[in-house]
Order: sequence, then C-alpha cells, then structure tokens
Amino acid sequence: MKVTVTVNGTVYERDVQPRTLLAYFLREDCGLTGTHVGCDTSSCGCCVVVLDGERAVKSCNMFAVQADGHQILTVEGLANGATLHPLQQGFWDQHGLQCGFCTPGMLLTSYALLKHNPNPSEADIREGLSGNLCRCTGYQNIVKAVQQAAGQMHEPVSA
Amino acid sequence: MSTQATDRHAIGVAMKRKEDPRFIQGKGHYIDDLAFPGMLYLALVRSPYPHAEIKNIDIADAMKVPGVKAVITGKDLDAAGLGWLPTFHGFDKQMVLAIGKVLFQYQEVAAVFAESREAAADGAEAVQVDYAPLPVVADPFTSKTDKVLLRPDREQKTNHIFHWEVGDKDATARALASSPRRIKERLWFQRCHPAPLEPCGCVAYFDTMGRLQFHVTSQAPHVYRTALALVTGIPEDKIHVISPDLGGGFGNKVPIYPGYVCAIVGALKIGRPVKWIETRTENLTSTGFARDYHMDVEIGATEDGRVTALHVATTADHGAFDAAADPSKYPAGIFGIVTGSYAFPVAHAEVDAYFTNKAPGGIAYRCSFRVTEASYAIERGMDILADELGMDAAELRSKNFVKKEQFPYPSALGFTYDSGDYQKTLNLALEKIGYKQLLEEQAEKRARGELMGIGISTFTEVVGAGPSKHFDILGIKMFDSAEIRIHPTGAGIVRTGTKSQGQGHETTWAQIVAEELGLDPQTIMVEEGDTDTAPYGLGTYASRSTPTAGAAIAMAARRIREKARKIAAHLLEVGEADVEWKDYKFQVKGVPSKTVTMKDVAFAAYTNMAQNEPGLEATFYYDPPNMTYPNGTYVAVVDVDRDTGEVKVRRFLAVDDCGTIINPLVVEGQIHGGLTEGFAIAFMQEVQYDAEGNNLNTNFTDYLLPTSLETPHWETDKTVTPSPHHPIGAKGVGESPNVGSPAAFVNAVIDALSPLGVRHIDMPITRDKVWRAIQEAEQSKK
Repeated sequence: MKVTVTVNGTVYERDVQPRTLLAYFLREDCGLTGTHVGCDTSSCGCCVVVLDGERAVKSCNMFAVQADGHQILTVEGLANGATLHPLQQGFWDQHGLQCGFCTPGMLLTSYALLKHNPNPSEADIREGLSGNLCRCTGYQNIVKAVQQAAGQMHEPVSA
Repeated sequence: MSTQATDRHAIGVAMKRKEDPRFIQGKGHYIDDLAFPGMLYLALVRSPYPHAEIKNIDIADAMKVPGVKAVITGKDLDAAGLGWLPTFHGFDKQMVLAIGKVLFQYQEVAAVFAESREAAADGAEAVQVDYAPLPVVADPFTSKTDKVLLRPDREQKTNHIFHWEVGDKDATARALASSPRRIKERLWFQRCHPAPLEPCGCVAYFDTMGRLQFHVTSQAPHVYRTALALVTGIPEDKIHVISPDLGGGFGNKVPIYPGYVCAIVGALKIGRPVKWIETRTENLTSTGFARDYHMDVEIGATEDGRVTALHVATTADHGAFDAAADPSKYPAGIFGIVTGSYAFPVAHAEVDAYFTNKAPGGIAYRCSFRVTEASYAIERGMDILADELGMDAAELRSKNFVKKEQFPYPSALGFTYDSGDYQKTLNLALEKIGYKQLLEEQAEKRARGELMGIGISTFTEVVGAGPSKHFDILGIKMFDSAEIRIHPTGAGIVRTGTKSQGQGHETTWAQIVAEELGLDPQTIMVEEGDTDTAPYGLGTYASRSTPTAGAAIAMAARRIREKARKIAAHLLEVGEADVEWKDYKFQVKGVPSKTVTMKDVAFAAYTNMAQNEPGLEATFYYDPPNMTYPNGTYVAVVDVDRDTGEVKVRRFLAVDDCGTIINPLVVEGQIHGGLTEGFAIAFMQEVQYDAEGNNLNTNFTDYLLPTSLETPHWETDKTVTPSPHHPIGAKGVGESPNVGSPAAFVNAVIDALSPLGVRHIDMPITRDKVWRAIQEAEQSKK
C-alpha cells in the first residue's frame, strides 16, 4: 500500500505492507533509527513519537497506513540544527539517561506533555511519563530534566 | 552529591557525559540499527512444551512461505558438530536447537531464515513440530528425588548438578549447637530477569576475506571471540566481534545464546548477512535469568547479641542447563561473602544446584556472582535475629561489625576485606534519616494500631573479579586491560577490554586518563567493544570495570608518564632525575618556573624526541591483587495499609562507600538506577512457573517493572574509604544499590508487620501477600 507521511518536515512516500508497524516504517523505510522497539506489548514506550504536533503515540501500536497523511515528529527532529531542544539539553545537564535506549521515547513523551502542560509539577511529570519504562535512571533525573526544560521554555524568547 | 568541590584535575568532577549528545539526538548505534545489503532475518521456532520428546519436525510448509530461504534444526547442527554449546564455566553444555527433546518452554527448536522480518516470522509459524509431552519437573525440590531424569545426555544420571561448600562445617555446627540464642529461616530469593530495555540480538556475515564479522549485544566481546573460535573451529584471527551501543545489559548480555550461533550458521550456509533480534517475550522466557536460591539461614548468638556462627544451606534452581555465568572455580559464584559486614568467628555455606524444566541461566543480574543472594540472606538474617533478641536492628549490627581497625580483614569464609568504616557509614545514615525521631513516631503509630516500618541494610559487597589465581572464565584469567595513545596535539584515545552498557565509560575512563596525565578529558576519546582494536579483556559485569579496567587505565597512563618524563627532561634541558611531576605538569625539581605540560611533551614525542623512542602510547594488563569491597548503609521507611496490604515507601536513604569517586554525577545515577531495580525485585519482579512448567511472565504486562509512578524518591549520601590496593582507590558501585537494597525494603515491611507477629514474607512483596499475612495474623489472634 502507498503511504505518504511527513516525518520531521520531510515527506516520505513509501510502499508498505498493511501490517507494517509505524515504528518499523520509521526505522526501516525512513531510515530513522532513533525510534526504538523494546517490547511487544506497547508497555515500554521506547517507540513513542509525536503525531500531528501534540499527541504522543506508541509507534509500535500504530500501523504505518494509519499515519498516512499525518505529521510525525521523532527524536531526530527535535534539535534545531546545532541547537539542542531544551528537553535534550535538560536530559544531558541533569544526567537523565544512561544506556540511552529509552531516551527518545522519554523525550517525545515529555515534548507532548509540555505542549499540554507547560508548567508541570513533579507529580504531573511522573504521571505523564508512566507509560515509558527506564531500567537505568530510576526516573529521578528524568523528572529534573523535564523540569529544567519546562523552566527554559517559559523564558521569553530573545530575538 | 553532584556538586561536590574537588581540588583534583579530573577525578571527582561531576562532568556531563560525553556519550550523551548522540543518545539524545537519536544517533545511538544499537544492534537493530544495523543493516547490510542482502541481509536476511532469522526467526526461531520455540517449544510450547516444558518437557517433551520431539517426534518429527516438518519444514516443508515453512519452505513454501514466500521469502523463506532456509530452515535448520538441531539435527542439522548436530551433524555439523554444532549441536551443543559449552556453558560459561565449562561444567555443562546446552543445546543450540533442541536435539531429541525439549527441556523448557520456549526452548529453541528450529531456525528460519528469510528475506524480511515478517517472512521469517511467517516461516517460523509454518514449521510443524510433533511433540510427545514428558513429565515436568517444575521445582528443585521435586528434582532432588530424581524420579524424572532430565538430562540423560550427561554421564551422571541425576538431576543434581553440584554440591559446593566453603567454611568449617563441624566447627559451625558445634558453635550453633552451643549458642544460647539461634534463629533459622528459609528465605527464597525468587527467580528474576534483568530485562534490559533493548533485547539481545546480532548480525553475522562473512566478509570478502572469509572473515566472520559478528555484531552482537555482548558485555564481553573478547570472550565471545575466543568461545566462538573454540566452538566453531573458525581460527580466532578470522573472527571480528563488535559490540555496538548496548541498551542496558545487567548481566543478561553476558551469555552466548542459541540465536547467535544460528545466525552465524545461517550466514555461512546461505552466504548472506543474517540479523537476529529477539522479541521481548523471547528475552524474558529464554535468556539468562537470575537468583532462584532457596536459602536456609541459621545464625547463633550470645544472650547479649554477639554473633557466634552462621550456616547457610541453599537449594538452587538452575533450569534445564547449567548455564550459570560464574567463574570456573566458583560454581555458586562468590556466595561466600554471606558473612557480610559482621565478624563471624566461624561460618559454613553450601549450595546444591538442580536441573528443572525451566529456562537456563543463573547470571549475575546487576550483581557480582550470587553476591545479591548472599547479601539478602545475611541482612534479612540479622533482622530476624534482632527480632528474636528484642534488640534494635541498628544496635545489633554495630555490635557485630568488622571494625575499622581490623582491615584488611580475613573473613571466616576466606575473603580479605580491603577497607571500610561501617560504623561511620551507619552513623551518618541514622543521623541523616532521623532514626531516633522515626522510632518515636513508630512507637506512637503502633500504639494507635498503625503499621510503620524502618528497614536497615548494612551490606558489604565483593566485586572486581578478579585476581588470576582465583578467577577465570573458560580458563581465561579475569584480568582487564587498557591501551592509551596520546596524539601529537595532546588529544588521545583509550581502549579497554570492558564494554559500557550505560555505565558512562566514555566519560569516566577519559577522566582517569586526564587525571593521570594532566590532559583535557574532553579530548580523550574512549573506544570499547571492538575486538580488532581493543586490548583483550573480560568485559563489563560484576562491577568489575572500575576495579580492573579502571586500574589498567591508571597504570597505562603512568607508563606514559614515565616515558614522557624522559622527553620532558630533554625539553627542560636537565637530567631525568631532576624532573618531577607536580600540579599536573613536569617541572625542574625546586624550580616551579621551569615547567612543560603533557601537551608540550606529546608534541615533542612526535617532533622533537631526541634520542627517545618516538610516540606516546602504552598498554597495561592489570591483574588485581585482591577484590574490592564496596559497602553501605541503606534505610527504608514504609507505611503499610492495614486494610489493603499496600506498602508505601515513604523514604529511602542510601549511604554508599565505593571508595574514590571518579564522577559523582555518574555514581549518583548508578545508585538511583540500582535502587530502582532493588525496589522492583523487592515488590514486583518475578519469573513464575506453574506446576506444569508454564512460564507465567512472558512480557511486560506480566513481568512488572516499576514506572515513574511507583518508583520512590531516592536520597543519597556517601562516605569515602579508598581501596588501598587499587591505583586510584576506587571500588566500583553499579551494583551496590541492587545488592544492598532488597533486604532494606523487606526488613522495613516485616518491621511494620512485626507487632502482628509476622516474621517473614518472600519477595516480591505484593499487596496480596501482605494482606494475607495481616489476615492470618489477625485470625490466629482471635
């Protein structure tokens, strides 16, 4: 089946099997391997991407054909050229990652969280990230990372 | 912790990690990210039966599936001499693909190679296997009876794998018999799975030179290379093992799995690259599990609470093959650390291991070879003893600690503890948590019938395997290595035999080099995991990287410094004896104004070396003189809901002593992560089998990992007692929190329930177990 999906602003037209998962479409058909697959049951959240600018979705739980005509943001699209997104900066500054495997999903889930709640409390962040598993950090520094990003994104943008 | 001041150049600095920029931008390089032209995919057919004879395997339908290129079975491998793999310590072998019968549910039965991941899965579905079920042995106590012999392929016609013991059996029995106070309890450390978020996988192909290029999720790439050479007969120079970025390991990526061997065989047979990536279910059901130790713990004491003797007898469930990843001389790992932080005059520990119809394993899950089981046994045992004596759990521990002045301390079970100040660490923890106030609060709550518990664990670990006289895997001694090259501009590269899986070696190794040579850690590149370039080493597990490779890096850097001194003397126009290394520079003795930096020397080593050998590089193979002994005091505070059995971890404080800290940010991160896994083991994680041998926890909806919601807030602090024998005094820390914390959680819950007369609950402490214990206690009082 033919699908047209805009990923990080680039239009990808591909021929896929109806059963191709969005996660594998991104990884294998678009060559964007930053989106990871860590389970078979949509439990781990390593594959989270942002759909149409604001909704965090588990891309292992969606078929590529369902994304036809939609916009997808993946971890590869977060930075603005050489400038890291405040969330990326926050994860780096606060040591919010270790092995890095869950990190793309954490970043994209946090991105959608901050879209809906620009000033989340610790409880909001823990609730918002509860669909994403991390085996390395114990989440504490991830919470700090999201808080740092939220603070930075609040600051007035300088010209 | 992360902002501590340091007067040192690079060690102790909370430097942000150098590896992070690629991970936060989706530029990591994990196994499933690799693709090669013409690459095939491998899917494995797995057994639905825990124990069954294989009557027939029909591959005809599978071969008709579009895209399927080949199917291989155990018979094919056996004919090629590849039917069996030796297990890590070399005492047993395991089937690559089932031969004649299957021994556990989800065992590998056939391998299907196809043009796509989907076609391989379709092909695996189409393989027809006729099974004749056999009686199942689902626990080690049934196994003991030998009524069903699981492994007729072995010479010994019994399910008993080994008996191991250490210590003075008779003296321990006598001391226990004559002790006025004694406790005895059976503690089961349940079967767990490390479940790194990235499953295991590989890509294998033979290049144009006929050389095996093997990309694989391995914590020990050099050991893989040697083992593959021994098993396959491919000369070792024709094998290149590359371990890419690893999405966690925790011991799960130490063993060699059947999927790896099948991928190599497929690549050889078909002549194309083959990728195998296991699913989460395959990971949880067939790769290395951990623990599954049933431990009978006995402690003797005087009336006033001095311990007199310790005896631990363990029944271990090893599954279908003895694939425990332990050093050759240590079939039960270093379980002998079971005397913990206490001065037991005499002790005896024994382990009997049995086959069952379960997945093989017994790997060191964020743990130094059965140290977690041992630590749990002694730290639970001490609490049960305190309860028996009516003594405060902290006071009992203080009374029995190995004292600061007793180090190096020879333990009753043969270890020489390097250093520690257990009392100082305990005191700091009790003060910081507000122990006195907590006890007062608890007394008030108990008066009102509320359940609040305080749990303490004052553990000692033994890590850094290890000295060559004791430790080897497949005969290879457990040293580790480092090679450093300093380039003309003063930048450099360090390579080691270890392999980071998130531990941050790219940062911490650079910090050690920078500290020893006065260079900028930002310009020291770290490379690991490539057997063509890295010096030989035994890999990363058992908290061994810093004690072994970390030491090798410091020693290699010192070799470089010695050579650099000669060049510095030439540059400073003095004799070598007149040059000293001071404030991270070479200076003429007594003339602080006459200095050259390592950067100056590096340039000269390639441009103006005079009569000296050009270049500036060194290699060091480090054979540790002893293990290191990280330790700590952990305190958990819990509230238990009397009506629902729900446990809330209100506070958790970890005071760790891991010796010299290389990077406080990284150490704190490791502690947070290890505590979270300890929390998971105490309350959630268990691989359960029913009586028919069915695995009940085959994915993350049944095998429960903590999310950000359940995970408590962690408080941390430290004491620093450097290791006297390690070049920079570091001990290793990645596993301490996972080793020390389960007992603290359980002790806290049992302390909360102790007014009801509850003495023990096995992990994982689920709500329903607590609720039942409360109900039973209340029933029995009526």
